[in-house]
Amino acid sequence: MLRNSLLILLILGLAAIMYNLYAEFTPKEKLGFVAEHYANNGKDEVGAANLVTAVVVTYRGLDTLGEVSILFLTAAIIGFFLKTKSSNNHALPKVKRYSEILGTGAKILVPIIVLLGTYVFINGHLTPGGGFQGGAIIASAFVLMLIALPRPAINHRVLSIIESLSGVSFVIIGLLGIVLAGGFLDNQIIGLGTFGTILSAGTVPIIYILVGLKVGTELTGIIRNLKEIQNEE
Amino acid sequence: MQNIGIEQISLAVGFILLLLGIWGMISQKNILKIIVSFTIFETGINVILVAIGYIRNKTAPILDSPELQTDTAEKIVDPLPQALVLTSIVIGLGVTALLLVYALKMYKQKKTLLINDYKDTKW
Repeated sequence: MLRNSLLILLILGLAAIMYNLYAEFTPKEKLGFVAEHYANNGKDEVGAANLVTAVVVTYRGLDTLGEVSILFLTAAIIGFFLKTKSSNNHALPKVKRYSEILGTGAKILVPIIVLLGTYVFINGHLTPGGGFQGGAIIASAFVLMLIALPRPAINHRVLSIIESLSGVSFVIIGLLGIVLAGGFLDNQIIGLGTFGTILSAGTVPIIYILVGLKVGTELTGIIRNLKEIQNEE
Repeated sequence: MQNIGIEQISLAVGFILLLLGIWGMISQKNILKIIVSFTIFETGINVILVAIGYIRNKTAPILDSPELQTDTAEKIVDPLPQALVLTSIVIGLGVTALLLVYALKMYKQKKTLLINDYKDTKW
C-alpha cells in the first residue's frame, strides 16, 4: 500500500514537472544556428538531397561510426552470452512441421523484401531512408526465413565476413578522407556528382551501402543466435 | 493556449508515453513487461525530440524539388533532431535486444520471469 502511494506520488510529481515543460514550450519560428548552416550549405558541401542523411553520414559521421560500433558490441555480447556448447556438434535439432502456406509465402516474399531493403539503402541520400532502415528491412526478410523454413540456408561464416568487411571499409573510407580531403569521413574524396542523382554526394551512398549491409547481417546474426538456443531445448 | 498545433500534440503524447513508461518500469513485476515499458519510455523520448524540431508550415528536409534548393533555411524543419532520433532508435534497438537476452538467461537459470523471485542482488 505504501509502495503504491509512493509510486502515485512519484508519477504525479513527474507529471507536474512535465506539465510545466509543456506549458512553457514555445514552438520554434526559425532554425537554430547549426541547423541553418546545414540547410544553407548542405547542398554545396555534401551534395545529398536528403539533409538528414547529410547530417548523419557526413557532418555527424563520427557519431554514426560510434553507433555502428555500439550495434556491433551488442551483437558480440549477445553472441557471447548465447554461446552454446554443442554448436559444433551437428546433431540436427528436431524440426517442427511448418505450415505450407507460411513456407511458400516466405519463399516468394524473401527476395522481394531483400530487394526493397537494398532500394532503401541505395537511395538513402535522395529519399527518406538509409542504411539503418534498409538493413533492418533486410534483417526482417531473414527473420521470416528463420520462422518459416525448417532449415534455412543462412551461412554464418558468410554473414560474419560481410559484416567485418563492411565495418573495416567504413573506417578505411573515413581515414581516406584525412589523406585526400578535409578530414575524417569527409565525403569529397570522389567527385560530388550531379545533385539529386543516384551517383551524387561523394562517398555518402557508399557508406550507407556499407552500413546497410552491416546492420542487416548483424541483426540477422542476433536473431539466428536466439533461434539456435531455442532449437537446442 | 491559442491554436494548438501538431507540435504541441506530439509533445503532450511524448510526455504521456514517458510517464507510462516510468510507471510500467516501477510497478510491473514481470521482466518482459518491464522491458516493454522501457521501449515505451524510449519512444516517448524520440517523439519529444522530433516535436521540438518541428517548425510550423515548413516541409521535410529533403531537397527534391528545385524551389527548395534556394533559401533552404526558410523552408524546412530542423534536420538535426531527426538525425539524433535516428541514432537513438538504433541504440535503443541494441539495448532492447540485450535486455531480452538477459531476461532469457535469467529465465533459464530460475525458470521464472517475476522480478520478486530474484533476491540475490538485493541488499
